[in-house]
Amino acid sequence: MSEENESSVFNVLKRIDDNIWEVPIDYMPGMRVPGRIFVSEHLLSILEKETIDQVANVATLPGILKYSMAMPDAHLGYGFSIGGVAAFDKETGVISPGGVGFDINCGVRLIRTNLSENDVRPKLSTLLDDLFEAIPTGVGSKSRIRVSDAELDDIFVNGVQWAVDNGYGVKADVDNCESAGKIPGADPSKVSIKARKRGRPQLGTLGSGNHFLEVQYVDKIYDEEAASAFGLREGQITFMIHCGSRGAGHQICTDHLQVLTQASRKYNITLPDKQLACAPAQSPEAQDYFKAMLCAANYAWVNRHVIMHWTREVFEKTFAEEFGDLGMDLVYDVAHNIAKLEEHDVDGRKTEVYVHRKGATRAFAPGHPDLPEVYRTIGQPVIIPGSMGTASYVLRSTKESMDISFGSACHGAGRVMSRKSAKRDLQGEQIREELSLKGIQVRASQPSLIAEEAPEVYKSSSEVVDVVHELGIATKVARLLPMGVIKG
Amino acid sequence: MDNRFEYLEHTADAKFRAYGKSLEEVFENAAFAMFNVMIDTSTVSTKISREIELNSEDMESLLFNWLSEILFVFEVESIVFAKFIVDKLEQDEDGCRLFARAVGEEINLSKHKFGTEVKAATYNGMMIEKMSGGWMIQATVDT
Repeated sequence: MSEENESSVFNVLKRIDDNIWEVPIDYMPGMRVPGRIFVSEHLLSILEKETIDQVANVATLPGILKYSMAMPDAHLGYGFSIGGVAAFDKETGVISPGGVGFDINCGVRLIRTNLSENDVRPKLSTLLDDLFEAIPTGVGSKSRIRVSDAELDDIFVNGVQWAVDNGYGVKADVDNCESAGKIPGADPSKVSIKARKRGRPQLGTLGSGNHFLEVQYVDKIYDEEAASAFGLREGQITFMIHCGSRGAGHQICTDHLQVLTQASRKYNITLPDKQLACAPAQSPEAQDYFKAMLCAANYAWVNRHVIMHWTREVFEKTFAEEFGDLGMDLVYDVAHNIAKLEEHDVDGRKTEVYVHRKGATRAFAPGHPDLPEVYRTIGQPVIIPGSMGTASYVLRSTKESMDISFGSACHGAGRVMSRKSAKRDLQGEQIREELSLKGIQVRASQPSLIAEEAPEVYKSSSEVVDVVHELGIATKVARLLPMGVIKG
Repeated sequence: MDNRFEYLEHTADAKFRAYGKSLEEVFENAAFAMFNVMIDTSTVSTKISREIELNSEDMESLLFNWLSEILFVFEVESIVFAKFIVDKLEQDEDGCRLFARAVGEEINLSKHKFGTEVKAATYNGMMIEKMSGGWMIQATVDT
């Protein structure tokens, strides 16, 4: 990165700790709290200055508590930065779709197996072809499932429970999902006809862009105790799904962003960026958005669940065993674009807050009542996907995260190169070849997509995870390396 | 590159500037720029036309609505567009109105070359500016 960037970024921030940098409250007029960016010196040197501006913008919103935060994988977004986290007081704060994004409850789920690398390598090519065939991917892809409006309501309200009731998956899949795959309070009457039209044909579709399916193997265990609790061991095959709420979520955000843009004016909230449109948390406008957003969040969990179900079917066919016998259990599923009503300790007082996580993962402390019983003492699995061809990580939450980051950690590697530059500078076919030499096979609907999502366009996932580990907001349990990747 | 629009650097999303001699034309070219993120529009024939009429409080929300509406029709009707015609754009004390047509054909995966899926239009860094000889729109779409 250029010297110019180093000087400008380092001059404006105050170093609090090795990996904590403060955006001073006087950095921008109207800031109500300081900003906190959790990065190493090196990661800061490659951070765009506009990302700091976005952290500061969020700090101007009413009712923000403690800090406007950015995780180690932070980069330029719209409204909030990607990697942005902020908590707003339930009574005096706001709710903003700009703190969630269009892809509501984009997230990742990790499935373990009892297969080993050697079982899968010889069949990898066929397995990937069959997965690519079974799971709709790419722009405009449609699902095999067509749900009625009544079923869609059921999905919006009941989330993953709908799927299990309808023959997709098993009960343990519900338990091992963040919020049990269903946040109460979703109200389908707040979802437009347009969002319904987009949602009906897309259940169980991957989409495009950075979304992926990945066949991986556990290459390293850092924490035997936690790995054992998560059912992970060295050499084991795992499967990861990264996608969100598809058109339904995009449309819900689009619809309510328009309403909240007007509401910001009505409630005289000064916005440094129009994409931060918001309204007082208890206003009808904010509550309508929140209840619709929860519908999309529940839909997204069903989307990943259905993809998991079809993946199990493909594995069953390939290995001629039932998925139960293949040990294909859900390890965990985490949302990384969401706003949630949570209780946190703020200045020694239990406070209800709307935590916005935009490109950030929940990481609740061990013992938290919201964690599934099997993980309650060990801590929440925090799943951090790498970029295509690089390592993904599983971490365990700590009690420190509650103090430092409102129970949040990073969500991925974080981009450093634009799609435009990637397509100009990188050749999809060449990257496919390079990955293949490393033993990683890629299936993608377009070669250009491989270039846009190439390892080079992302920060190093290990560097990002190391910062999280050193900060102590989550600690490393296992490293997963890719063998096969499916991109939309 | 087309002189109707140009892409700008943005780490995660697609940002562009569109140009036009009139407000109508710059709205047409903004839609065209967004659609070119998703698809090589030169692979699309102009067989089907969809009429689009929108009302908004102001010009920026009209632009947001316009880009959002095209994405909606694309996804729900499986139509890809290669041509946008804004017949009329009005602004008065009641707000802004747009009367337009989007022209294209049904998705054909063997013929159309897709790029990056655009999830949504955004207000981030949105500009609608009069400049010498016409108008410029800057917009960022979520990809």
